Amino acid sequence: MLALGLVLAASGCATTGAGDPRDPLETMNRGVLAFNDAADAALLLPAARAYRVVLPEGLRGMVRNFFTNLDDVWIGTNNLLQGKPADAASDGLRFLFNSTLGFFGLIDLASEVGLEKHNEDLGQTLARWGVGEGPYLMLPLLGPSTTRDTAALPVDWLADPVLTARPIALRNSLTAVRFVARREELLDTTRALEEAALDRYVFLRESYLQRRKSLVYDGRPPRERPPAE
Amino acid sequence: MKSMLAAAALALAAGAAPAQVMPPDALVKDVMLDIQRYILEDKDLRGGDRVKTIQLIEQKALPHFNQLGMTALAVGVHWRKATPEQKKRLVEEFRTLILRTYASSLSAFADQKFEFRPMQIKPTDTDVTVPVRIVQSGTQPILVEYDMEKTPNGWKCYDIRIAGISLVVNYRTEFGIIVRDKGIDGLVEALQTKNKSLDKTQAGAGK
Repeated sequence: MLALGLVLAASGCATTGAGDPRDPLETMNRGVLAFNDAADAALLLPAARAYRVVLPEGLRGMVRNFFTNLDDVWIGTNNLLQGKPADAASDGLRFLFNSTLGFFGLIDLASEVGLEKHNEDLGQTLARWGVGEGPYLMLPLLGPSTTRDTAALPVDWLADPVLTARPIALRNSLTAVRFVARREELLDTTRALEEAALDRYVFLRESYLQRRKSLVYDGRPPRERPPAE
Repeated sequence: MKSMLAAAALALAAGAAPAQVMPPDALVKDVMLDIQRYILEDKDLRGGDRVKTIQLIEQKALPHFNQLGMTALAVGVHWRKATPEQKKRLVEEFRTLILRTYASSLSAFADQKFEFRPMQIKPTDTDVTVPVRIVQSGTQPILVEYDMEKTPNGWKCYDIRIAGISLVVNYRTEFGIIVRDKGIDGLVEALQTKNKSLDKTQAGAGK
């Protein structure tokens, strides 16, 4: 934390003339990415690879379903907060359906019957309410974010059944499994990123900002035509 | 997430149409299913054979991309400043980069479930977005969008958005920074270096 503060202080003095206006803290963010990469290479990546080897795809899917099912309540709440009661109702139904007939969420039956999974969080809700994204941020261990999304994160956490699970030992185990499982899902994506990007930091930032914008508008952001020339 | 890559790989697949003008949505569907069939039927392709995969993309997908237009959009405002020779090299290197990048994930979409939705296209339309959804259990379907424009040689794809992330927009930012710091020649050089390093790593891990 102290190290982070120092980097932050140092980057505060950096000239921003040449930088991207959406990313005034680029110097610090690049430092955090380097830290994340090191942590990933040392811990998370080997764990994720081992997880892929040990667990067959079918079981990994069940683990993924179990965790994503728990998200549906908070997703529904955010749909409600965004004035989308029909989507919220669908999320609620999904949760009821999958938690019971779907064996505690292990099987995503709801999708089979046409109750589509949504993707919402408080950051998106704030965006819908008109809150701007603010400077781009690279969070330690958590990856790309914006000031708005980071500010919303603690509330997302309070609503997260995994992070609020007790006893603490259970919470820690569930959190660790979920972290590794998510990293495993991203193995191919991070390799593709590695291959596609000339500057991985920039590619990651652009991808995140575009992705968030698309999510805020549920996949239908107002279209900006690239300039013709 | 695997299907995200699959989408990326498939994104190259907006091609392989007969000579007459096929509607863009039918074209995309045709090509995607065609390529999927090739992969399903060929053990080497499923196993990720690099030479064969690149061949498949070159034959089936690339002809249906507006490669010049795509490169121009990715280079953005700097495109006008480039000489014809620089433009030619930019198109070549960009094409190689995209080909290399997607070749390594193409095998992943052998078993993807695609959802094509019929579109309303007016005869006067010259620029449309064709959406395809990749459906999977437990997560939100992944939306892949092909931006297509009508040309004398049929509909051509000039940008792909995967889960809302535009290829052209991503590269425009990257390219813009490089051109600003090192000029157009610097960008050509950066692309060449990138392609060479990909050749090395992929040749090693290709099989």
